[in-house]
Amino acid sequence: MLKKLLDRTHRGRTVSYIMVVVLYLIIEIMIHSGNLSSLFTSLLVPVCCYIVAAIGLNLNVGVSGELNLGQAGFMSVGAFTAVSISGYLAASVSNGPVRLIIAIIAGVMISAVFGLLIGIPVLKLEGDYLAIVTLAFGQIIKSIITNMYLGFDGNGFQFSFVDNNTKLAPGGKMLLNGPMGATGTAKISTFTAGVILILVSLIIVYHLMYSRSGRAIMAARDNRIAAESVGIDISRTKMLAFVVSASLAGAAGALYGLNYSTLVPAKFDFNTSILILVYVVLGGLGNMTGTIIATIILVLLPELLRSMQDYRMLIYAVVLILIMLLTNNENMKTRLRRLKNRFSGRGRKEGEVS
Amino acid sequence: MEFFSYLINGLGLGSVYAIIALGYTMVYGIAKMLNFAHGDVIMVGAYVVFFALSSFNLPLIPGVLLSVAVCTVLGITIERLAYKPLRQASSLSVLITAIGVSYFLQNAAQLLWSSSTKVFPAVFPSGSLELGSLSISYLTLITIATCVLVMVCLTLFINRTKTGRAMRACSEDKGASTLMGINVNRIISITFAIGSGLAAIASVLLCAAYPSVYPTLGAMPGIKAFTAAVFGGIGSIPGAFLGGLLLGVIEIFAKAYISTQLSDAIVFAVLIIVLLIKPSGLLGRRIREKV
Repeated sequence: MLKKLLDRTHRGRTVSYIMVVVLYLIIEIMIHSGNLSSLFTSLLVPVCCYIVAAIGLNLNVGVSGELNLGQAGFMSVGAFTAVSISGYLAASVSNGPVRLIIAIIAGVMISAVFGLLIGIPVLKLEGDYLAIVTLAFGQIIKSIITNMYLGFDGNGFQFSFVDNNTKLAPGGKMLLNGPMGATGTAKISTFTAGVILILVSLIIVYHLMYSRSGRAIMAARDNRIAAESVGIDISRTKMLAFVVSASLAGAAGALYGLNYSTLVPAKFDFNTSILILVYVVLGGLGNMTGTIIATIILVLLPELLRSMQDYRMLIYAVVLILIMLLTNNENMKTRLRRLKNRFSGRGRKEGEVS
Repeated sequence: MEFFSYLINGLGLGSVYAIIALGYTMVYGIAKMLNFAHGDVIMVGAYVVFFALSSFNLPLIPGVLLSVAVCTVLGITIERLAYKPLRQASSLSVLITAIGVSYFLQNAAQLLWSSSTKVFPAVFPSGSLELGSLSISYLTLITIATCVLVMVCLTLFINRTKTGRAMRACSEDKGASTLMGINVNRIISITFAIGSGLAAIASVLLCAAYPSVYPTLGAMPGIKAFTAAVFGGIGSIPGAFLGGLLLGVIEIFAKAYISTQLSDAIVFAVLIIVLLIKPSGLLGRRIREKV
């Protein structure tokens, strides 16, 4: 068993599971001993949400090789589904964790349906055109949710679009309020739930990656024509990655939505999609452990730079550009490698390929 | 009559999109990258014109020329510092770098000029031209005229000059162009310079129509213009022109006849439908894949 966990194909996943669990234990200890500032405590659940969304996006961008600029759209679908379900069930299911699980499952299912519906047209396209269509869908989802009004009272649900025509009987409750989004949500997300969600998404993604379907997805990414010629159904494999990615984004959104008492649809805009993409690219395409580390660092970076006050986002931008230059420029890469050799491999000769 | 006035307004808005889209499409055609920082160059251009006009009391034309100069230099600098070292890197890394540049410009603007909205002065005569029952504002006329002028000049430049020919060669095949003695790096710099200069012109037209200047001003017009470029077939200059105009007209019609709140959704839905019917845009070339 232990040997199996440490062999070549399993080492990567074992490392990421252990890392998540260890980090969770450290943070829990810090919370209970009172060593964590309230600012960082408030960031714990959002970090978990971004990690789950980024793992999902990495499956799409890194493993399946399709650039997706609309991940926030799926988060939005998951978030507002979960918030509505939780609001509706608030009276009948009073147990927080149970309601959270129901809400997350609902968010995942609706996001998966959206992923399937959007995937059909999107995956007919290739390259940058595919990216722009995902961007377009992200914008459409945002603009539709911004115009949705949903409420319920004793007589059942009332729904209206663009203009608010809902007339609720006394005792009724608005679940979605157009541009104002959802208000008065009970905050039932917890850090533990977030970590469990991360572990579940890791298990799903790793199992997919190292299964027959996963190998088909990667084959389709590396060479579409060759993969097609050995009998891989390209649109089916791409769709699988796309829908799983959308579902994970939905789960992330659900957790995120239930962590705040108010949530506006404008939160999940193009910038959020881009932010998640940045986590994925910096963490490494197809590398889930890297994605987790990059997400944690990049969410915390602006907070750690808080002492710099106004300059922090500027520094964030500069760091982002510098990392991309350092890791992608051939010239810089060689210099870095030489520097590394000088410090580590004393016996290694200059110019030797490591 | 109402229809025609919406159409003219749409063409006016579309002209602005078209000028911005030219910047996206030229850079894509030659450097094969999505320059997400282009929208923020528009924002810088708008601030420069704003300060030139309101703080230094320059007349309009020198103000615009100053803005064009600043944006051109900015475009070349961005290309040199951020994109040139990544010529061999994957397109995704370049995309993230462009996003970094975009964040940088937005936050630098916020630091330098604060995040509060500044009111752009009225630069064009406010009246309108009356044609029977149809009235067209001078601003719309100026915008459309500028766009046509830019389009004609650019087409002549691309088709008639040596540099233009070199640009077309680079977009076809960079390796072969280098062998023919074309300095590809110089051509890419020129492309960025032209695109950024056009962004400055677009910023004046944009701010004349929507007179407020703020650090994230360029984001939405940037995304719309990028959509317009894809709509027309990214990499194609007539495509950007057509895509921009169509996008503007569709947006105004959607606002007028369907719903103001849903206009963005409608614009993007039309884009998706167009791409599904013609996967490389209206005027884009379909590159056949060889086995």
